[in-house]
Amino acid sequence: MPKDHGIGASPKRREDVRFLTGKGQYTDDINLHGQTYVHFLRSDVAHGIIKSIDTSAAESMPGVVRIFTGADFEGVGGLPCGWQVTDRHGQPMQEPGHPVLARGKVRHVGDPIAAIIAETKEQARDAAEAIGLDIEELPAVVDMVAALAPDAPKVHDELTSNLCYDWGFVEENKAAVDEAFQKAAHVTTLELINNRLVANPMEPRVAVGDYNQANDESTLYTTSQNPHVIRLLMGAFVLGIPEHKLRVVAPDVGGGFGTKIFHYAEEAFVTFASRQIRRPVKWTSTRSEAFMSDAHGRDHKTKIELALDADNNFMAIRTDTYANMGAYLSTFAPSVPTWLHGTLMAGNYKTPLIYVNVKAVFTNTVPVDAYRGAGRPEATFQLERLVDKAARELGVDPIALRRQNFITQFPYATPVAVEYDTGNYVATMDRMEEIMDLSGFEARRKASEAKGKWRGLGVNCYIEACGIAPSNLVGQLGARAGLYDAATVRVNATGSISVMVGAHSHGQGHETTFPQVIAEMIGIDESQVDIVHGDSSKIPFGMGTYGSRSLAVCGSAMVRAAEKVIRKAKKIAAHLLEASEADIELKDGKFSVAGTDKECAWGDVTLAAYVPHNYPLEDIEPGLEETAFYDPANFTYPSGAYACEVEVDPETGKVTIEKFAAADDFGNVVNPMIVEGQVHGGIAQGIGQALLEAAVYDENGQLQSASYMDYAMPRADDLPFYIVDHSCCTPCTHNPLGVKGCGEAGAIGSPPAVVNAVIDALASGGKNVPHIDMPLTPHRVWKAINQ
Amino acid sequence: MTKVTMTVNGKSVSGEVEGRTLLVDFLRDAQRLTGTHVGCDTSQCGACTVHVDGLQVKSCTMFALEAEGANVTTIEGIGNADGTMSALQASFQEHHGLQCGFCTPGMIMAASSLLKVNPKPTEAEIRHHLEGNICRCTGYHNIVKAIMAASGQDVSAIAAE
Repeated sequence: MPKDHGIGASPKRREDVRFLTGKGQYTDDINLHGQTYVHFLRSDVAHGIIKSIDTSAAESMPGVVRIFTGADFEGVGGLPCGWQVTDRHGQPMQEPGHPVLARGKVRHVGDPIAAIIAETKEQARDAAEAIGLDIEELPAVVDMVAALAPDAPKVHDELTSNLCYDWGFVEENKAAVDEAFQKAAHVTTLELINNRLVANPMEPRVAVGDYNQANDESTLYTTSQNPHVIRLLMGAFVLGIPEHKLRVVAPDVGGGFGTKIFHYAEEAFVTFASRQIRRPVKWTSTRSEAFMSDAHGRDHKTKIELALDADNNFMAIRTDTYANMGAYLSTFAPSVPTWLHGTLMAGNYKTPLIYVNVKAVFTNTVPVDAYRGAGRPEATFQLERLVDKAARELGVDPIALRRQNFITQFPYATPVAVEYDTGNYVATMDRMEEIMDLSGFEARRKASEAKGKWRGLGVNCYIEACGIAPSNLVGQLGARAGLYDAATVRVNATGSISVMVGAHSHGQGHETTFPQVIAEMIGIDESQVDIVHGDSSKIPFGMGTYGSRSLAVCGSAMVRAAEKVIRKAKKIAAHLLEASEADIELKDGKFSVAGTDKECAWGDVTLAAYVPHNYPLEDIEPGLEETAFYDPANFTYPSGAYACEVEVDPETGKVTIEKFAAADDFGNVVNPMIVEGQVHGGIAQGIGQALLEAAVYDENGQLQSASYMDYAMPRADDLPFYIVDHSCCTPCTHNPLGVKGCGEAGAIGSPPAVVNAVIDALASGGKNVPHIDMPLTPHRVWKAINQ
Repeated sequence: MTKVTMTVNGKSVSGEVEGRTLLVDFLRDAQRLTGTHVGCDTSQCGACTVHVDGLQVKSCTMFALEAEGANVTTIEGIGNADGTMSALQASFQEHHGLQCGFCTPGMIMAASSLLKVNPKPTEAEIRHHLEGNICRCTGYHNIVKAIMAASGQDVSAIAAE
């Protein structure tokens, strides 16, 4: 019988009512008295020298308030990068400046050059057309390998080359890895491209800056996953505004998927400009602007090799990757192809030797940073495609080859520096085979053949590393921030509770799930607990939501704060019940004295805390409010086994997803309904990457897929119902809830399953194709069939 | 500027608009009905879907002036007369058919339009009808399920909640 409340139950989401009735409060729904609108004039060339900007005609256009260019940002900081990677020779990465508005040069299509503030958005747009812009176009570099040629045009003239860093991991293992390849009985090699994607949350980015002259305070309303990170970066590094004079509010946010983590120029601009013109300044991105200003994701070019011994045991993995940074370093960009990618290369397998090389490259394209999974999908895709290819080359069953090489003992220290605390890869594989009904596959394949279609089955495993931590380790790895989180549990006099959390909910349902945890701990109804998030003036300093960290990190902070509250409440209860504190028990919202019938209610204790007439004032303070910061001891390691069945139409190359199953181990689960929803969404994005999505540049650096007309997003009729299961449960061993995180799993686990399935389908039709690069469009599949 | 008058959610409203003002901007900026969202600029995403004279329309494809005299319904006007959520809205909550909520008003307006003409649509019919509405969060699984359930169909056999 499923639980009906507390941890493990699936109460319906309380945030839904406002979203279903049009009462959500997204950033673009905020309109301030006297607000102005800004339109950014953006570069339409990928690379060029700004010879002149003539704003005189535009300044006299109707409604224009003021026009800013890069020259107005003299003495203002640039957008900072939050992670410094050290290369394989011990040198820091090359780190170019990133101005708020372009100065001297433009470096990608979409680079903002001028900002026009006007009374209406139409007037701002009209005036932008009157700006005289003289740009001397330079040759652009788009291809990563070409960008590293000695004579390639330089994206940043002040750097020695377009190489950001050349990272080796673990450098000390390199010789041993090379030696293992010489001794191998079989080597499988795969070259692939992990396609460039655009996260595309349905809500475009919006920023509203509001300066209050009366108290010298600035407020930024923004579509962010982490308001405190924005306050820290923008206040300290860009604009020089101290924290107590800067408030950052991220209200309802319409999806993030990573691309709303980063600090963007538009946020700094509206905050800066509002201080200058003493009026609120609002910017709402169009979708076309989003395509050329939101950080993109993925974009790796990789060669990976697997060495196997004569018994098909994995001996070593060697991988070389070029990772596109785009034109500037976005907030966490350098960490994605390195610490979020190299550390995952062991996957689910006990491969003793691994060496990862990553060359990060500047190009004249939009900056690339974390997108759902961030580094982990890239690692999983290459590894799981490689294992499948090896199985095909060796003529062995791909599931059996995986099972043979599974890690089965935990904790397990990988050769790429991380230690998996727990997992059960055999169990998730067993579960996947069951829910997918693998035994019925051959019959389904025959049915497809009868219709003239080729059916394929693709399987893969994944592990993920969530809740990146601990802070002292990530500091050594180059992070310029801590990665803890914080929560304040404020118990009110009548017993209701407000919990202020550093995590931010932009679809994840924290307003529903976090109260489930508190309600379970105290034994009160969930309706007695509310969550406050997204406003730096109301919440403790927390790092926000990304990397599937909310519950594992911020939820743990909340548990620690609630434990402090309960400890203090027990002291008060002991006083009220005239008993020893050690004898006080809290259950179902009641304090009782062990072994007696003496008890008092949760509300009696909370009232005493705020009306302390009968209260141990000599021992403890009145009030009942506690804060905790939680810095995890390790990452968490969700894992799973995924399977996909496709039908390929050999006439057209069109792929349809016929069946998709995901068996995940997320450790303990607080709200199964929400967890399953997260997996559904992740799978859809992974299928989107595998079959549909690609951000495409031409050789001149023009973004050819800059709207939903050209960038194919998965629609309802591209996708099936999914079979998802999280009954395999090995709880995380180092956080109080035993939770692991579920937000990115679907996007990590699904692309290789889809591609493996298509390769299998082609093989069933007699076409042995080693690999097709994503997205597997009908054209690409048809070409592979007919070559 | 030209005066435009229309009925929005049963109330007569009017305002001065430019020829280029889109219906969605009139609803959001002039009427402060911010439940109708703008997710793209090429009429692809469907977040701005409303009903105009009973028909499903992307309000970014229509000028405000074209709605002169029309009867417009937005997400704010789709609930029951007593202010509670309609069966379709309630079904989206029951079946977790939304996450970030941004595409949701458009999904509700599109789905309610489908159910008016096809009270018991099949899964394929629902997926086809939603072709003009993009959701990036749910993978559509629970949206399709919620619409099937709202039309009185048994969805208990569809995997997972």
